[in-house]
Amino acid sequence: MTQTRERILAGIRTSLGRGPPDAHTLAELRSRLAARRRNVIPARAAALDECDRVDLFVAMAEEVQTTVARVVSPAMVPEEIARYLAAENLAAEIVAAPDPGLDAIPWEIRPLLRIRRGRAGADDKVSLTACHAAIAETGTLMLISGRHTPTTLNFLPETHIVIVRRGQVVATYEDAMDRLCAEGASRPLPRVINFITGPSRTADIEQHIELGAHGPRRLHIVLLDEAQATERVGEDEQRGAGGQ
Amino acid sequence: MLATSRNFKANARAGLADDNLQKALALARTGFPLRRSLAVERLPEFEALRESGRSIKDHVLAHLDFYLELYESRAVAAGGKVHWASTAQEACAAVLQICRSVGARTVTKGKSMVAEEVGLNDFLEANGITPVETDLGEYIIQLREEPPSHIIAPAIHLIKEQVAETFRAEHSALDPARPLVEPRQMCEEARAMLRPRFLAADVGITGANFLVAETGSSIIVTNEGNGDLTQTLPRVHIVMTSIEKVVPTLEDAVTLMRLLARSATGQEFSSYTTVSTGPRQPGDLDGPEQYHVVLLDNGRSALLGTDFQDMLRCIRCAACLNHCPVYAAVGGHAYGWVYPGPMGAVLTPSLIGIEEAGHLPNASTFCGRCESVCPVKIPLPKMMRHWREREYAQKLSPPVYRTGLSVWSWVARRPALYHAFAELASRVLGWAGRGRGRFRSLPLANGWTTVRDMPAPEGRSFHSLWAERQR
Repeated sequence: MTQTRERILAGIRTSLGRGPPDAHTLAELRSRLAARRRNVIPARAAALDECDRVDLFVAMAEEVQTTVARVVSPAMVPEEIARYLAAENLAAEIVAAPDPGLDAIPWEIRPLLRIRRGRAGADDKVSLTACHAAIAETGTLMLISGRHTPTTLNFLPETHIVIVRRGQVVATYEDAMDRLCAEGASRPLPRVINFITGPSRTADIEQHIELGAHGPRRLHIVLLDEAQATERVGEDEQRGAGGQ
Repeated sequence: MLATSRNFKANARAGLADDNLQKALALARTGFPLRRSLAVERLPEFEALRESGRSIKDHVLAHLDFYLELYESRAVAAGGKVHWASTAQEACAAVLQICRSVGARTVTKGKSMVAEEVGLNDFLEANGITPVETDLGEYIIQLREEPPSHIIAPAIHLIKEQVAETFRAEHSALDPARPLVEPRQMCEEARAMLRPRFLAADVGITGANFLVAETGSSIIVTNEGNGDLTQTLPRVHIVMTSIEKVVPTLEDAVTLMRLLARSATGQEFSSYTTVSTGPRQPGDLDGPEQYHVVLLDNGRSALLGTDFQDMLRCIRCAACLNHCPVYAAVGGHAYGWVYPGPMGAVLTPSLIGIEEAGHLPNASTFCGRCESVCPVKIPLPKMMRHWREREYAQKLSPPVYRTGLSVWSWVARRPALYHAFAELASRVLGWAGRGRGRFRSLPLANGWTTVRDMPAPEGRSFHSLWAERQR
């Protein structure tokens, strides 16, 4: 194994007509890495203010058959989920990430919504997770694995519901990855970063696009838009009370 | 995989005569280019991204040893294991050894062209381990015991009736009277058949679209989610990949990802892009306990510093296949090995030898569409020409062709003689064809005239008309 490694590396150097990189080259290469230089960034999302960025995220997500519901308070989240499940004719049984981020939502206002916390198993039909960031550029969700965020939730169940907070919507993949570093989780990376853009699909038979090839058939985003909540406190409380 | 590239001409003839293949290709040749062009139109920065993608890859190739060593050290630091393999045999042996070390009986597989290249499935089966392909297209062709015909759409050569027939034959436990007419029904059936396999597998094998040196990560890009189930559920995840897949940073990977889906399927972004770094971490509730990477060379390092180095920029999007008139006519199996189309016409002779694959770089009209859509601007026609030159220099092309070329080049290097011949030939042919204005057959040119008419010259050569006008 080590011999093979040395042979391949030596072969590369012979083909390139040089020995191992010299000190000057090494310094240059290391500084290129350290800079984490951004390359070409599409203006599509990067040039937008927050409001338009959120709108672009929703539009791009809907373009790839993600469904999006906007709510303005945590209290509206259980309601929206119950509504969605009923509309899709799905049982009100959910496996949810043991993510403290989901604890702030008053699940008790919908006691019929049965929620188990943990990783997904073979029989789970609907999963619920938060996300790490939402990327406006292509309507993409960024989820990371961790002790509170198991990966199986993103792939095993037929329906995946994701709660996105308005403040999590960023313009580009680079912005989303910067949030990973800013939060002190830079290196080593989480075991997995999942960029998810719409439900599972395939076009392997006659180029016919079918949803739900192996992963989720449905991806539903509940966009928690609390910026609007300040303007609508009164209305919000009424709806929250109505839900009980 | 055993190559049949020597039989390109016979393979191509068979492809042209295959009605099902022609029906399937008709769908592909319009769909892919249209979707790509719509995606490209929507992104004003696309051209700048191509330039950026090319320079990232060129930079990596110039410092490939540095980035591979860095990648390895970071992957190991994250708890992964890196297995270097010079040859297909070494790569297969590394996978088998990992499978045996955990007593694996079944492995699930995400789509990997490198696994196809090394013939991994046959090797595992011969050693008592059952590989199960999980990408829908790969699953279909595995049942049919066929090689892939396209690098991103492996079953693109089939029409749905053939898929239905295969499923009826292979899924014999299901109700024979079930309806199996629409692609939807076939997808559902494959989903139901494969779900238990995902859950039962001991080892999951995926490929990698990119390796990230800075973080020691591997990245897969898929639409079905099969790659994610493959790498999340079993105890062991093996990444089968090759040395040129490494990029410096996540930022560089993202730049190439902006090009990949748009060039491949015309999607803005594929459904699932997954960055994996090492095995399950302390406290994680799921994910594999072991994470291995098999890093294959198989002749790639020898391409560095040659006329073919640029080929190592390839990110396997298949845009060149999707825009190639030859591929669209004969299909992928005609090329006789793992990589078809223009990228295959350059890469196949590089990896299995020009003696074996000499037909492939000749099977091009040099229309240049492949290069014009390549996301990393690989000069594919130029490299096919390099292969033709080498084939000629090594005296591998047919004697008649070689003699013809020698005679032509001898004449062409003597302009006075060439002009005289050209003038004479156009006058003679012009006179002979004066009735119809075209020839149904011509001596020494039946390669041309059996499939189309040769237009008759108008009687003067271009050179003499030009000379006259210049006066």
